[in-house]
Amino acid sequence: MDFGFSLSPSSAVNLDRTDMSLYEMLCDREPTARTCIGCGSCSATCTASAISGMSVRKVLLGIQRGQYREVEKMLSHCMLCGKCTMVCPRGVNTRHLILELCRLYGNSEGEL
Amino acid sequence: MTGNVAVVGGGIAGLETAVRLKALGWNPIIIEKSSSLGGHVAEWNCLFPDLAPADKLVKELVDAADGIEIHTDTEIASIFYTRKSYSIVLSDGSRFMCDSLVLATGFSLFQAEKKEEYGYGIYDHVITNRDLELWFNTGSDERVPSDPKAIGFVHCVGSRDIKAGNTQCSKVCCITAIKQAIELKEKFPKAEIYCFYMDLRLFGRKYEDFYIRAQRDMGIHFIRGRVSEVSETIDGRVFVKAEDTLSGKPLRVSLDLLVLMAGIVCNRENTTLAESISVQTDEDGFFRSRDNITHITESDRPGVFFAGTCTGPKTIPETLAEARSAAISVDAYLKSLK
Repeated sequence: MDFGFSLSPSSAVNLDRTDMSLYEMLCDREPTARTCIGCGSCSATCTASAISGMSVRKVLLGIQRGQYREVEKMLSHCMLCGKCTMVCPRGVNTRHLILELCRLYGNSEGEL
Repeated sequence: MTGNVAVVGGGIAGLETAVRLKALGWNPIIIEKSSSLGGHVAEWNCLFPDLAPADKLVKELVDAADGIEIHTDTEIASIFYTRKSYSIVLSDGSRFMCDSLVLATGFSLFQAEKKEEYGYGIYDHVITNRDLELWFNTGSDERVPSDPKAIGFVHCVGSRDIKAGNTQCSKVCCITAIKQAIELKEKFPKAEIYCFYMDLRLFGRKYEDFYIRAQRDMGIHFIRGRVSEVSETIDGRVFVKAEDTLSGKPLRVSLDLLVLMAGIVCNRENTTLAESISVQTDEDGFFRSRDNITHITESDRPGVFFAGTCTGPKTIPETLAEARSAAISVDAYLKSLK
């Protein structure tokens, strides 16, 4: 039956129910991931960002907020050029971080 | 002339000024309203960025002040300026003349209960930065759970808040929150710790390293967004609402302990004191310096000087440096009277 409106799912992030295991696995493989300050240098310099929405900052935040689908989509646009690694003021090894995250997604066999 | 200098306040600024004045050959007299010396620092457990014990610093200053006339539990009852000197009557009945005054009246910690939406004094597990330091010192506070799973820190409580009457940044809370978060993580390694911040202002040397250590080695989570409201869950935990502004989404989390970083606000008694000796306070209630760059320790009035946080939020090294600077200025002033 059409009531002329529909319910939208809540966009709120509830940290009580957010699984941080993917983030923790990533940090074990690339510890510099923890030191991101969200400055956005990576996204600003990213060649793929303007056409695809790829952003290492958002990827890192996304896996801490349970947004696995969005992160996976962003990762698929990365060309591993490494410009983000060059500009990161905290020395986060972003290129290695993306590679490791792709491996973790690969290992998850679609469970993420 | 008498060579007497009244030092109002027995915190670290007043103590250091008095010790330096004594060394320069003058006779400082410390007037402290509370029953003990050391001010806020005496309540603290350890200090950023090296986790040095606060009581050691206070003890060194108090020991150095040995031999200086100190009136505790005492306030200025009246003060008159006559013939280039001040006639002072204290609340303990003593009176003396002095040639110069150093105001080292310090700050007040923002009363966290004024931010009612954070629930201080209402919910069982909401404490302030000061409460946490007291807990580090005594180990007894029913509000601190024995095995917390999640702990939150709210930055800027009463700072940069026009509605709370304080537009200034309190300067030291960001680094204090990081210090306290690291200390709590060391005590409770299994607890997740979240810091809710508007901006992180880690201006000093080693402060940024401390921040990196909190992120990388301690796994403390920093969430950019001001906590909007706090409520209590049915099982007595603390439920926090904020916006995760970096993702643009509302964020919710329940915690076992919430620490409010109460900021540095002016000592309200400054206004009365300022009126009685004709010096100025600024709109924020802190004393007005003669010049905010070159003469921060001097008032508009000859012979009246400032030291420490009575002219605005400061770190301990800044306060001590200013106390020494004030002592040198007093010395020059007194020599000019001769």
